[in-house]
Amino acid sequence: MATEDIPANMKLVYSYPASLTEADTHYCPGCTHGIIHRLVAEVLDELGLQESTIGIAPVGCSVLAYNYIDVDFAEAAHGRAPAMATGIRRVSPDKVVFTYQGDGDLAAIGTAEIVHAANRGELFTTIFVNNAIYGMTGGQMAPTTLPGQVTTSSPTGRDVEEAGFPIRMAELLGGLPGAAYVTRQSVLDVRGIRRAKQAIKTAFRTQLDGLGFSMVEVVSTCPTNWGMAPQAALDWAKEHLLAYFPVGDTKVSEAVRALMKG
Amino acid sequence: MAKELLEGNEAFAEAAVRAGVEAYYGYPITPQSEALEHLSKRLPELGRAFLQAESEIAAINMVYGAACAGARVMTSSSSPGISLMQEGLSYIACSEVPVVLVNVMRGGPGLGNIQPSQGDYFQAVRMAGHGDFHMIVLAPASVQELIDTIVLAFDLAEQYRTISMVVADGSIGQMMEPAELPPMRPVRPPERRPDWALTGARGRDANTITSLYLGADNLERVNLRLQRKLQTISENEVRGNEYEADDADLLLVAFGTVGRICQTVVRDAREQGIKVGLLRPITLWPFPTERIAELAEQVQGILTVEMNAGQMVEDVRLAVEGRCRVAFYGRMGGVIPLTDDILPELETLAAEVSGTEEACNGD
Repeated sequence: MATEDIPANMKLVYSYPASLTEADTHYCPGCTHGIIHRLVAEVLDELGLQESTIGIAPVGCSVLAYNYIDVDFAEAAHGRAPAMATGIRRVSPDKVVFTYQGDGDLAAIGTAEIVHAANRGELFTTIFVNNAIYGMTGGQMAPTTLPGQVTTSSPTGRDVEEAGFPIRMAELLGGLPGAAYVTRQSVLDVRGIRRAKQAIKTAFRTQLDGLGFSMVEVVSTCPTNWGMAPQAALDWAKEHLLAYFPVGDTKVSEAVRALMKG
Repeated sequence: MAKELLEGNEAFAEAAVRAGVEAYYGYPITPQSEALEHLSKRLPELGRAFLQAESEIAAINMVYGAACAGARVMTSSSSPGISLMQEGLSYIACSEVPVVLVNVMRGGPGLGNIQPSQGDYFQAVRMAGHGDFHMIVLAPASVQELIDTIVLAFDLAEQYRTISMVVADGSIGQMMEPAELPPMRPVRPPERRPDWALTGARGRDANTITSLYLGADNLERVNLRLQRKLQTISENEVRGNEYEADDADLLLVAFGTVGRICQTVVRDAREQGIKVGLLRPITLWPFPTERIAELAEQVQGILTVEMNAGQMVEDVRLAVEGRCRVAFYGRMGGVIPLTDDILPELETLAAEVSGTEEACNGD
């Protein structure tokens, strides 16, 4: 139905985002990347940023994010998206730049890059998808894999004596002076999805106002590599992941707080 | 512009400023940190981007990003730092974005030392990273040539959408010589960035810059395109400097600092009646293969001199293809071979090849 066909007494409340391509995604059934892509696209539309945004895709399941989010895109080496974003943003002061990274990319191989970018207060936004596992390479242990969680490289469960404890990146980055807005959200139910979208919008607005580094960690699922049906994966994530990775803001600078109120 | 007394590292940094560099991202490492220090002062005062990165890995990926955005960008480092940048170089090569980098080579392997070396020849010309690619590699032999090759490096990088690496050893980076800087070029305004660049998809389809090509046929097509480009570069961009080579019976082949020393060797040897010439490659890739093959028909022997265990000599031998004897003399660890070291090697070669001729004549 075209927009002009909507009866006068009704209004359009839902449509396909302009910043989202119509390509079928390569994601597994039940994967939440599609939801998060859509939230980013909706926010870019609502803020009018499609024509001024440059995205950086990671190495991981979302390596092909540029096929789905319809803005200029670069594909980074594993973990290096924050360095690329820094390089782009500093020669493109009137553009909007975001990285889209998974837990292996951001919290293992790219730890140095994200920590220093956040500490410098780089003016880009990071969408950090945490599903506690390496998806693309076949379900190995991630830096965010829970204690005792069985993966293809921790077959008897993550042994914290050997592998250490999962890293809480939102808390770590939220403690850095350059970070203006860092929050952890989830996309495990409708309420969580709506709050995650609000957070993504705040993160992009933080960048637009030049307030500092912004990141939204999104607690997500991986039904395939967890060996669960999609609904069971959502339930498991709510019960176990959110217990270790609680939803909430870990850094809201005073300027961002004013932005959120205004 | 008049000649000034300039230090190599500061000279190439200032040459880059004048060539219109819009951004520099780097990490301190001896013996080239003066370049980073110079740019930390100059670029901000000109309203351009300078950032000291947290590592060489981050630096090269910042460079990669700025190049994707269509900005004229560079970095510089020294041997161990270049090793860390190799991951990024491979991505940049496949993505076909223009980047300039300088390697002021120091002694290796490992942490080695901070003395001048040419030990990174193989890394520069053969294995700058994983996969099939080459960078354009320029090897200046003086501060003036260092300045000139920086400007050329930007032009070639942009013309071919490739990586230009300038390799200088620590002595060129740190020596002071009279040299002339180029005039200041205007910086390209952001609205005139190339149409492939990531500038926001306003009034056009979105641009994607990637080095990911799933499917064998797909990636082979990309590789074939890259190889065609490299072939074009090979055919058009070979540069070298010859000294007394036209009537020579023996030939010295050397680059950079050693190339310069070998010019003195030619003069000294000719005084002794040894008719020797010098070929000093300025492009290490593409290598002056054809010219060396021609000269191999003319001379009886070639002596390659390097500050390493014998790296460029392999390319010399591949060019010569057995047409004449190829000898090698090298020093490592930061030791610079001097005229008095090289001359006896040349005399030995002269005796060997004249002996061979006599032996051949006696058959």
